[in-house]
Amino acid sequence: MRVDDFPAELTPLQGAMPAWCATVDAAMWRHAAEDVREKGGRLVALWGARAAVHMTLTIRSGLVWLKLPLMPQQLLYPDIGDIFPAANRMQRAAFDLVGVRADSRDQRRWLRHGAWPGDQFPLRESFDGTHHWPNSGDDYAFVPVVGDGVHEIPVGPVHAGTIEPGHFRFSVVGERVLRLEQRLGYKHKGIEKRFESFAIQDGYRLAGRISGDSTVAYAWAYAMAAESAARLAPPPRALWLRALLLERERIANHLGDLGFLGNDAGLAFGLAQLSRLKERVLRTNLALFQHRYLMDAIVPGGVARDLSREGAETIRREIESLHPEVARLKTIFDEHPGLQDRLISTGRVAPELADRLGLVGLAGRASAMAWDLRAQLPTPPYNQLDVRMVTHRNGDVAARVTVRFEEVLESLKLCAAILDRMPQGEIGSTLSIPTEGSTGLGWVEGWRGEVLIALEAGAGGSLRRVHAHDPSWQNWPVLEHAVIGNIVPDFPLINKSFNLSYSGVDL
Amino acid sequence: MYQILKQIAKTGIVTEPPPETDEALRLISGRLHAGVLRWFAGALTIRHVDAGSCNGCELEIHAINNPYYNLEGLGIRFVASPRHADMLLVTGPVSRNMEVALKRTYAATPEPRLVVAMGDCGCAGGIFGESYASCGRVSNVIPVDVAVPGCPPTPVQLMQGILTAIELRSVD
Repeated sequence: MRVDDFPAELTPLQGAMPAWCATVDAAMWRHAAEDVREKGGRLVALWGARAAVHMTLTIRSGLVWLKLPLMPQQLLYPDIGDIFPAANRMQRAAFDLVGVRADSRDQRRWLRHGAWPGDQFPLRESFDGTHHWPNSGDDYAFVPVVGDGVHEIPVGPVHAGTIEPGHFRFSVVGERVLRLEQRLGYKHKGIEKRFESFAIQDGYRLAGRISGDSTVAYAWAYAMAAESAARLAPPPRALWLRALLLERERIANHLGDLGFLGNDAGLAFGLAQLSRLKERVLRTNLALFQHRYLMDAIVPGGVARDLSREGAETIRREIESLHPEVARLKTIFDEHPGLQDRLISTGRVAPELADRLGLVGLAGRASAMAWDLRAQLPTPPYNQLDVRMVTHRNGDVAARVTVRFEEVLESLKLCAAILDRMPQGEIGSTLSIPTEGSTGLGWVEGWRGEVLIALEAGAGGSLRRVHAHDPSWQNWPVLEHAVIGNIVPDFPLINKSFNLSYSGVDL
Repeated sequence: MYQILKQIAKTGIVTEPPPETDEALRLISGRLHAGVLRWFAGALTIRHVDAGSCNGCELEIHAINNPYYNLEGLGIRFVASPRHADMLLVTGPVSRNMEVALKRTYAATPEPRLVVAMGDCGCAGGIFGESYASCGRVSNVIPVDVAVPGCPPTPVQLMQGILTAIELRSVD
């Protein structure tokens, strides 16, 4: 869909990403969602704010940000879960935090497990975020599965490995999974309320700790949103450095996960080798950017640290030694019959299902969803880099492994190109205080998928509302489908192939 | 198979110490190993509990098991159940939604049990602090023996923290 075809009148939003805003009524809310879906667009995020609900939708040329104001007496709005299934959990979270309710059948709580009274809503102005209550307990209504020989396996929130907490309820017959139902929200620690106590130029630190493995993507999205609200364009060199950091984050995470994927299928060799390569990347990060995972390296207005000529040389040498090693390990993975036997056809998400449920990011690309912001809507410097998007049609664990390997190789190539072509100059400019009520948007293709930050400035450089959206909102429900018909022991392997964030969606 | 063997041979042993690269790591590794041998019959088992972290600390827990730090080579192993554990390694500010799960995990760990709180959040609540949704530091919820600051702590700092907890126990 093009901007001109959109059913509501749109105003362009300042910022790095092509985006448009509109305030709509309840009828247009649903109509716009239907129209976008029909023309191949997706729901990116949905969230509540004071007496309003917001959503962002993709159109061919960018992002549309819709706001639906609600009457304070009746905070009800039309459900869009039938159009975009991923909306279900986002709508429930919006109710828990703000008290705006979708008229859907599923009214179960999502983020609230009993830590605060059910009739109070943390993101309302009157709510005192420092007060706390004794936990009133939680009785979540899982969907029961009944029949001959069906039994339940409850797993978590504390899992068997070094993983984030969440609850998985498997209904199985023998070893086969009939149904998986997830219950998340265990890590809810009040991040969006916490943002209200940060100044706009400092919020990047909190944004960079929403999901620690994607700290670069979040910090960049936050910086982009703050710059969009303050009408600031960072100096070119800063943008090239940001891209370098983002690709290094992608490389480190893919290497680590590929190692664990080998390990989960019994190839400990893969973990030893790939975690060794990852460690090398982390050590270079520490030496050049003072942090192994690159936290706090991106700040509103630019980046915190420049890269010296010697630093660039170090990275070049690293690329030259990593590239053949990764390629060799890819061949070993590809040609290992025992490993491939575990990976092929396991945890399959067919392209039709991926499209219906809105699968995004690397998992989406492994199921033929050809979407990568770096290629589709490239902001500087990606508009000068010609990113090769990696896709696959099979949608199984093997396809996700292939996509990750190829993305590592592509990112290494991109890093080399960035170093070759990075302009000289300043690495930051000062963020002026945006006018009260101005809004900004940041949208970045992290290693897991697209991270979005929507921001509304308060008075005197404060933050009135920051919403952070992780691609895992879309992908967690798809994982429930990916395991159907697989055996329980393959769940860790399937889960790891997606490696979704808990912290990023629990907020 | 040939390719795998060739790659293994070519990689060699990367486990540190080569003493010249990181003296701190060499010292800690040596003492950790000795402590585990002396006080835990050669095998210390750890159960990790993520009580609400950003997932940054988990990355470093993964890292101490990589070939460079090779924690398992020192006789220290991560186990799947608190019932098998000598030590709980707790990350994150404790979210109120994880408070009960953390207390239950602690209760399921046999005595004598060590608790190491990892990261700025585990030590002091970190950037998230105490709020309607967060209990803050781990010691607000269960007793803590050693707290390892850092955001996240480096693998060497984490190993140092585990060692300190072991030595504390040996004094008891």
